[in-house]
Amino acid sequence: MDFEPLWLTFKLASLTTLILFGLALPLAYWLAYGTFRGRALVEAVIGMPLVLPPSVLGFYLLLAFSPSYAFGAWVEATLGLRLVFSFQGLVVASVIYSLPFMVYPLQAGLQALPVSLREASYTLGKSAWTTFFKVLLPNCKSAIMTAIVLTFAHTVGEFGVVLMIGGNIPGVTKVASVAIYNEVEALDYSAANQYALVLFVITFVVLLIVYSINNRLFRVRYPS
Amino acid sequence: MSVTHLDIQLCHALRTAAGPVSMEVAFCIEQGSIMALTGPSGAGKSTLLRLIAGLLKPESGRISWGEEVWLDTSKKVFRSPQERKTGLVFQDYALFPHLTVRQNVAFSLQKGESDVRVDELLREVELTQLADQKPYQLSGGQQQRVALARALVRQPSLLLLDEPLSALDRSMRQRLQDYLLALHHSHKLTILLVTHDLSEIFRLTDQVIELDNGTILRQGTPEEVFADTYPVADSPALYGEVLSCRSERDHVVVQALIDRRIHKLRLPLDRAADLYPGCSFVLRYSMDAPLLEVIR
Repeated sequence: MDFEPLWLTFKLASLTTLILFGLALPLAYWLAYGTFRGRALVEAVIGMPLVLPPSVLGFYLLLAFSPSYAFGAWVEATLGLRLVFSFQGLVVASVIYSLPFMVYPLQAGLQALPVSLREASYTLGKSAWTTFFKVLLPNCKSAIMTAIVLTFAHTVGEFGVVLMIGGNIPGVTKVASVAIYNEVEALDYSAANQYALVLFVITFVVLLIVYSINNRLFRVRYPS
Repeated sequence: MSVTHLDIQLCHALRTAAGPVSMEVAFCIEQGSIMALTGPSGAGKSTLLRLIAGLLKPESGRISWGEEVWLDTSKKVFRSPQERKTGLVFQDYALFPHLTVRQNVAFSLQKGESDVRVDELLREVELTQLADQKPYQLSGGQQQRVALARALVRQPSLLLLDEPLSALDRSMRQRLQDYLLALHHSHKLTILLVTHDLSEIFRLTDQVIELDNGTILRQGTPEEVFADTYPVADSPALYGEVLSCRSERDHVVVQALIDRRIHKLRLPLDRAADLYPGCSFVLRYSMDAPLLEVIR
């Protein structure tokens, strides 16, 4: 069995999760506590990947990333990056595609915290920054775990978007889900089964471990 | 030397159950005194505390502590809660669930600041033994003391308490009142507390403000506010419920429930004529020479 697609899948999912975590923290904070106009618009945009067929998203990303259009040309000219049919392009697309899976649980976790925790920290002289890292985040570890796992799992399961903008280049964009599709198309069911089984087992074990840890370690116990 | 005051003039829109109300208050608190804020729920008491602490911005107003101006909307001055030296004890205590008692109390220390005061305060509220427990392992009264100690570490000039003792039973309440008075003296604190409890007001405070619908109804010493405005009975009365009536030759024996105890009362026939099992009654004594016995 060729392990490259599996390796690529996990590399893509890990990178996407890492980038999204950094990106989603301020976004979730802003959505949870900010008072601003146009909030509905921002939430709708973030939520789009939840309901849109991946092929639609992939199609527009393909157009956007393509060097024959303005954005793709600009990225190539300024950053020297080509985002179509490249691994970097896959990462960018995955970040967009999995955004709600990271933002929503974090936002919900922050909103579930009693307002008085934040206010207590402020009256004790701590800045919003310190409050966020010393009070808010430690009390939504469980939401953080959920967000990370959902994002990772969702990226592992990506297919439509990858196929649209990444194609099928071995070692570059041929991730496990695409490899399975290829093997089935070539009627090599046993090769397809090997990929599928590995994904199936690993995903299940990861979820199992995470949720059993989540319930035991990260439950916040409020005084009654 | 003149006495420092907390001067407060505020206008703020309140959303109450009865619709929007504009809160307009002006009063001052003398440094070192204890003032109670009372009134029906929705009167704006908690909002007022949050405005003073800087957690809310009013529409207009001015708050100053002596020479320090905390808020002046006409000059666009707004000191953040971090910059006002207030300690706020929340109704739900707002202890940080992930930190131990000691870490909660030490939370407000700056990096490298000595933690001697943390140990002192823990000793003062008798929590040294529980320093390594998490908040959920504590009783209500213990959580309350942690919240108090935590609010005092920064040595605030003003301590704001939002119904701090309302969730506790009576004996715990009295002990905590003693703690509060002791801390008030040892730290020379100025305290503003929201409370509904009359005995707490008389026991702790020098001044009372009664709020309703965002405005100050009455203000003064507890005696002035309550003794003059509420009817004071000149003879104490006991309220009870008749359990059974039994006629004997020239009188009626009534078994009645008064203050959760069963009492036997002998009444002349004419006085018992209206009574029936289940009815409520008031028992009055004439009080020419009241005799009070302390029972605990």
